[in-house]
Amino acid sequence: MNENTHTHRSLLQKLIAAPYIVWMIVFIIVPLAMVAYFAMTTADGVFTLENIKDVWQYANIFVRSIWLAAIATVICLVIAYPAAYILSRTSASAQSTLLMLVMLPMWMNFLLRTYAWMTILGNNGLINSFLGLFGIDSIKMLNTQGAVVLGMVYNYLPYMILPLYTVMMKIDKSVLEAAHDLGCNGAKTLFKVVMPLSIPGITSGITMVFVPAISTFIISRMLGGGSQLLIGDLIEMQFLGNSYNPNLGSAISLVLMVIVLIIMTVMNQFDAGDDKVLM
Amino acid sequence: MGKIVSLDNICLSFEGEQILNNINLDIFDKEFVTLLGPSGCGKTTTLRIIGGFLEPDLGDVIFDGKKMNNIPPHKRNINTVFQRYALFPHLNVYDNIAFGLRVKKLNEKEIKERVFEMLKLVNLVGFENRSVQRLSGGQQQRVAIARALINRPKVLLLDEPLGALDLKLRKEMQIELKKIQQSLEITFIYVTHDQEEALTMSDTVVVMNNGVIQQIGTPQDIYNEPVNAFVADFIGESNIIDGIMLKDCLVNIFGQEFECVDKGFSLNEEVDVVIRPEDIHIIPKDNARLFGTVETVTFKGVHYEMLVRSDNFNWLIHSTKAAEQGSVIGMDVDPFDIHIMKKTTE
Ligand SMILES: Nc1ncnc2c1ncn2[C@@H]1O[C@H](COP(=O)(O)OP(=O)(O)O)[C@@H](O)[C@H]1O
Ligand SMILES: [Mg+2]
Repeated sequence: MNENTHTHRSLLQKLIAAPYIVWMIVFIIVPLAMVAYFAMTTADGVFTLENIKDVWQYANIFVRSIWLAAIATVICLVIAYPAAYILSRTSASAQSTLLMLVMLPMWMNFLLRTYAWMTILGNNGLINSFLGLFGIDSIKMLNTQGAVVLGMVYNYLPYMILPLYTVMMKIDKSVLEAAHDLGCNGAKTLFKVVMPLSIPGITSGITMVFVPAISTFIISRMLGGGSQLLIGDLIEMQFLGNSYNPNLGSAISLVLMVIVLIIMTVMNQFDAGDDKVLM
Repeated sequence: MGKIVSLDNICLSFEGEQILNNINLDIFDKEFVTLLGPSGCGKTTTLRIIGGFLEPDLGDVIFDGKKMNNIPPHKRNINTVFQRYALFPHLNVYDNIAFGLRVKKLNEKEIKERVFEMLKLVNLVGFENRSVQRLSGGQQQRVAIARALINRPKVLLLDEPLGALDLKLRKEMQIELKKIQQSLEITFIYVTHDQEEALTMSDTVVVMNNGVIQQIGTPQDIYNEPVNAFVADFIGESNIIDGIMLKDCLVNIFGQEFECVDKGFSLNEEVDVVIRPEDIHIIPKDNARLFGTVETVTFKGVHYEMLVRSDNFNWLIHSTKAAEQGSVIGMDVDPFDIHIMKKTTE
C-alpha cells in the first residue's frame, strides 16, 4: 500500500519534471554538445584537436580578460560591500528607495548605458569639456584598460550589491546587538560577525560579476577602442567577424568554460565550509 | 547593599505613543530583580534602556552612581541574555563563549581556562566543539548564559530567557539560574510575564502594566499585599468586586456589610475588593450573606476549583473539599482576607 503510493508519487514527479528536462536538453545540453562538436572537428567535420591547440596563441587575451574581470570584480566588491551594509541597516522605507536606485540602471539598455560612458569619457566628452573650462588639457580616458574596467564595474555592480544585501538582511539584528553587548564597537562587529556571516553573499556576488565580466564583449570594443580585445570579442569575431571560423570560436568557448568552471569550483570550495551559516 | 542601577524618571515614546511612563527603579547590588507584566507592557524596552540599546527621551540611567544615558552597550559593564539567545551561528560553542574575552584580547590560555570554568557552570563540558545550531533550545540557552557570564559583568540582563523551553526544563533552569546568581553574587535583572517564575526566583518583583510600574516589593509583599486590582489579578487569580467603603474597617459588598482591616478611605468611596479564591469558605447557605449555585467543579491536584454563580457575580473558589455541582452554597470570608484597593483611574 505504502510502496504503491510511493511509486505513484515518483511517477507524478517525473511527469511534472518532464517539461524542465526537455527544456534543459534543448537549451543547455544540445548547445553544449554542439560547441564541443565544433570545437573538435574541422570545417569538413573531421575530428581534430588542432582548434584547441590553436587557442594557445590567444593566451595573452585570456590573461588580459581574466585580469580585467578580476580587477572589476574586486572593485565591485569593495564598492558593494559597504553599500550593501549601509543599505541593510537603513529604515525599511529608505531601503526600497535605495534598492530602486541600485536597480535603475539595469532597466536601461546595456548598449545605451555603455554609449553614455563613451560620451562622458571621450576626448571631447563631458569630463574633458569640464576640465577644459579650467584650462586643463584633456586626459585620455576612453580607449584605455581603465575605461573597460569602469564599464564592467558600472554594468555589473548591482549583481554584487543584491546578493550581499540579501545575505546581510538575513543576519538577525539581535546577533549584532549581542556583539555590541560583548564589547564590539561598530567596526569590530563588522569584522567579527557581519563579514563571516556574509561569505555566501560574497561568493555568489563574485560569481555573478566575474563570470559575465570575463566573457563580456562590446564593453571592451566601445570603451577600450578595440585595443583591449577580450575573449568575448575574440569569440564573436570567429562567428560574425571577417575571421570567420566557428570551429576555433567553439574551441575558445570550450576552453573559457573550463577555466571558469575551475575558478568557480575553487571558489565554492572556499564557501562550502560556511554553508551551514545560512540555515 | 549599595544601589547598582537606578532608573530616574525614565520616559520613552515610539512614534508618538508613550511606551514607558515615569519609570523610577532602584536596583541593589547582588539582587535578583524581576520585571513582571503582561506582554507589551514595556519590560523589554526597560531592559534595553539599562543595556544601552535604547536611549530614554527623558530621565537618567545611573550605574554605580554615574549617569550613563549615552554610553554605548559595549562600554557598559553589563551583559545580556537575549530573548531568542542570539548566538553567533558561525561559531561553535567554545568560540561563542570565548567571544567577549577575545574582543578584550585576553591571552588564549586564560580564555581557555575561563571558558571551561563556564562550561562546567552551565553543564556543557564535552559540547565545546559542537555547532550551536545543533544544540537543543535548553543547551543554546546555557551557551547564551555562559557567553554573557564569562565577562564577569556586575549586572546580567535576562529577557524571558526560559520562554521557549518546555515546562519541566523551565522549572529546572529556574533553579539553576537562581543557584548561579547566588554563587556568582551578580545582580540579575530578569524579565518575564510568568508570575509564578517571578515569585519563585526573585528577591524583588517589579510589576508593570502599560509602561507604568504598579508595585515594587518582595514576592510575599506582592502576593499578600497587592496595591491595586491589576496586581492582585496578575499575581494569581482573584475575585475582584466593586465595593463601597462605609467607614474604616467596614465595606459594603453586594448590599451586605463585611468587616475588613483596611482604613483611610473616604466615606462611601467606591473601591475594588479583592478576595483570593482560596480565602473563600464554603458554609451552609441558610445563614450565609453570600451564596450562589455551583456551576463547575474541576479537580486541580491539590485542590478543587469551583465556579459559583450568584445574581451579580461569578465567584472563583479553591477548596480542598468539593461542593456538589448544581447545589446552592453559602460563602464567607475572614476580615483579614478582604483586601480593599483604591480604584485605578484607568
Ligand atoms: N522599535 C519599536 N517601535 C515601535 N514600537 C515599539 C518598538 N519596540 C517596542 N514597541 C512597542 O512598545 C511596547 C512595549 O514593548 P516591549 O517593551 O517589547 O514589551 P514587553 O517586553 O513587555 O512585551 C509595545 O507596545 C511594542 O509594540
Ligand atoms: Mg519582551
